[in-house]
Amino acid sequence: MARTERRSIQEIKDVPDLRVATQAVLFQLADDDMVIGFRDQEWLGLAPHIEEDVAFGSIAQEEIGHAAHYYELLSQLDLGSRDDLASLRPAEERRNSVLLERPNGLGTYLESPHFDWAFTIMRHYFHDVWEMRCLGALTQSAAIELGLAADKILAEKRYHRAHQELWIKTMLDRGDEQSQERVKKALADTNEWAADLPDFGGQECLFEETRIVPGASTLSTSFWQEIDAFTGALGLPRPSGTVTRLNGRRGQHTPALQEALEVWSEVYRLEPGAQW
Amino acid sequence: MLSAELMDILREVTDPEIPRVSIVDLGMVEGASVKGEHITVSLIPTFVGCPAQMLIQEKVQEHLLAAFPTHAISVRLSLEVPWSTDRITDTGRQALKQSGIAPPGADLNDVACPFCNRHDTLLQNLFASTSCRSLYYCRACQNPFEAFKPL
Repeated sequence: MARTERRSIQEIKDVPDLRVATQAVLFQLADDDMVIGFRDQEWLGLAPHIEEDVAFGSIAQEEIGHAAHYYELLSQLDLGSRDDLASLRPAEERRNSVLLERPNGLGTYLESPHFDWAFTIMRHYFHDVWEMRCLGALTQSAAIELGLAADKILAEKRYHRAHQELWIKTMLDRGDEQSQERVKKALADTNEWAADLPDFGGQECLFEETRIVPGASTLSTSFWQEIDAFTGALGLPRPSGTVTRLNGRRGQHTPALQEALEVWSEVYRLEPGAQW
Repeated sequence: MLSAELMDILREVTDPEIPRVSIVDLGMVEGASVKGEHITVSLIPTFVGCPAQMLIQEKVQEHLLAAFPTHAISVRLSLEVPWSTDRITDTGRQALKQSGIAPPGADLNDVACPFCNRHDTLLQNLFASTSCRSLYYCRACQNPFEAFKPL
């Protein structure tokens, strides 16, 4: 397809390969943002200080808001309402990275929440870098609405990434030995689960051929280059290749996702379609 | 003239989280037209995840319905044009300042305090009570304040 040829979602609906590619990338983006937004909001009332509590609540709201927009675009492909897509799909249909469903730490937000702030921030930083890589490619997407969403959301994500970068630097430069060790451990823990984050579940070729995600096969490399450059500049050990685990992009998940789904869809499932 | 009247009505609608600033001055109105008995208004969100956008859409609908009860009214919300802080009018910037919110500038580290106008301020957190604002502290007058994020 010529680079200049761009189509609306309404047109894409009837072109099988464009439809499959659009749907696949939207599910990844939507499910990633939904689950990280859920993990973020579990920090309400628990963040390290009161200003950060407000700030992190705001980030959670933006993640879920971005997810809502991606689900809305999916609903325009006649896949169901955005609320149903967010709340009623079973775990095996979700395409979020396994890294993002990992719990924030030990305990739950209601009971003995011994959460790990350094891991939360490091994992979020990885997510921000990956989503920005995807959105950067999508600004040139053959799908008009994906391009518009990418232009807009990319500008907002810059603040997310800057926020996590500042926290990582603060914990290293202003903290003590304990906080520095925690950042190192957070990087190791994040790295251990990060294999499926910069991954398209084997659909890179389709994404490139259809130009739904131009340059899809190069994004994983550029993602790791950015991570290496940032961590390297801070004197942190370079993430040394990732452990192969479950691949969320292929619908494989840990029990943590099911547990999260039960909480976030609990009220919605009581009366689907209820008006608030 | 009807379209001038239409803009006057839209100017009455404000963001519930910034009650002094109209949606017109925030730059949220991308298009507003009257064709025969049909009124079409196109809104663009400041931030995609802003929870106020649906309320604003409803308020626009209500205001227009009250002013033009016999017209068919359509209020769309879309990302057809990316909203940016350059769209905020001078009136909007003044109104933000009067609400205690520093209007958006080019440099996050050079923001004037909306209370004392001095630049001896410190960025405390990029994120604050709403998506569109950051948190600052003024070392001159010792007030915390929020500033609109440049976008």
